[in-house]
Amino acid sequence: MTVAPGIGHGTPALRRLALHERHVRLGARFAAFAGWEMPIQYEGIIAEHEAVRMAAGVFDVSHLGRCWIEGPGAGEQLRSITTYNVLRMKPGTAHYSLYCNEEGGIDDDVFVYRLADGRWLVVHNAANAEADFARVAGAAGSTAIERTAETVMLAVQGPKALDALGRVLGPDIATFAEHQCGEIAWRGGAVLLARTGYTGEDGAECVATPEVAGALLDELIAAGVAPVGLGARDTLRLEAALPLHGHDIDATTNPFEAGLGWAVSLNDEAPFTGREALARLKAEPLTRKLGHLAATERAVLRAGYPVTAPGGGEALAILTSGAFGPTVRKGIGMAYFPPDLCVPGTALAVEIRGKPVPVEVVPRPFYKRSNLGA
Amino acid sequence: MNVPENLRYTSDHEWILIEDSVGTVGITEFAQDQLGDVVFLELPHIGKTVDRGEAFGVIESVKAVYDLFAPASGEVVGRNEAILDAPEKVNQSPYDEGWLIRIRLADMTEVDGLMDAAAYRAAIAED
Repeated sequence: MTVAPGIGHGTPALRRLALHERHVRLGARFAAFAGWEMPIQYEGIIAEHEAVRMAAGVFDVSHLGRCWIEGPGAGEQLRSITTYNVLRMKPGTAHYSLYCNEEGGIDDDVFVYRLADGRWLVVHNAANAEADFARVAGAAGSTAIERTAETVMLAVQGPKALDALGRVLGPDIATFAEHQCGEIAWRGGAVLLARTGYTGEDGAECVATPEVAGALLDELIAAGVAPVGLGARDTLRLEAALPLHGHDIDATTNPFEAGLGWAVSLNDEAPFTGREALARLKAEPLTRKLGHLAATERAVLRAGYPVTAPGGGEALAILTSGAFGPTVRKGIGMAYFPPDLCVPGTALAVEIRGKPVPVEVVPRPFYKRSNLGA
Repeated sequence: MNVPENLRYTSDHEWILIEDSVGTVGITEFAQDQLGDVVFLELPHIGKTVDRGEAFGVIESVKAVYDLFAPASGEVVGRNEAILDAPEKVNQSPYDEGWLIRIRLADMTEVDGLMDAAAYRAAIAED
């Protein structure tokens, strides 16, 4: 279900997480994000960031839209609106995909879960959840069911995340391969667990009823997992060079210039929204590319700052995201600029408060975990 | 919230410690808590003159960029080089290791216009 904005008010009331009171008790500071009152930080953004890099953290990401499609034609219906050929997915796996418009621009980036034959889940960005649900319902009709309000989604991330989940949920989760998903019976209910995430670390995301998820959160905290807010989620995903919709990708950027061509399947001849434009764009040379910049002296890069030639001058690009990366310990950012400049080692500058600060183009990602597959 | 008695305070949440005619300037415990993790500081060079209420530098947390305002006028005679590479000291020790600059005060009477600890405590209680 969706909550209509602004019922009886000029400005829409913020939606509250089902586990809000628990976050209050955990010391969260809240702020509005995409219509939700979200925990931004608990102990502090850098401490939470480091907890995820070094051990394990848990995020309440229940603001993400969760839409199930349950029916025999669900796979084909989903294929008709999404860029990745989801029909290739095995039951019990998850895959990243995109919703594109007819021009090939990215309306949203999504995670598709093939729970079983004829039973799928799609997770949408909060800011786009309403439009995304309308898109799914347009393709799947009444077999599309939104259960964002009735469920909770917890992301458990970090090198010790699976350990902690295993101690709480049982040893079964050790058998989950990367991107595998499945249901685990727990506490008289079930936890839908997928080995996915948005931090550059190993871990899993869990969907359950508020009662089951509340108990899961309590037990994870008791097991030493740190509560983590949206502040650290942003620095973690940026270090991992994972794009954020509305910033690094949007309806005016296409998957190829964003480096997301791997999420576009054109070889199955299946019709889907944006297919013609995407086929044409893929055949054309890129006019710009999402590049990755790191400051070569101490500086904080931020979205909106201009990227210039090394000594300054006119803007070649505008940063779409930026931060001081707590793990890489330098200013990092992303921007679309001409492909010939998008070569690691290229010297550029970012204009900060009127002054050019030296940066260089670096390979993607800024941070890569060393225990891949461990 | 720690608000030492021996300091004077501004409504911009800076403190100043007066010793003879030199004032040491920093941000308060309340300010560092509101800012969150400090990751960058831009401070004036020694010899620069600052005017009361003027932006003399910049402090950046993970979340946002804030100007630093001079609590009093005078010449900058010291700046805390150690925090430029370790801005987290401003969070960890705002009244001691996390000090920002020292100013040779041009007009001691300016300090009379600043809040004492009791007044600042009352001010942050309202925030």
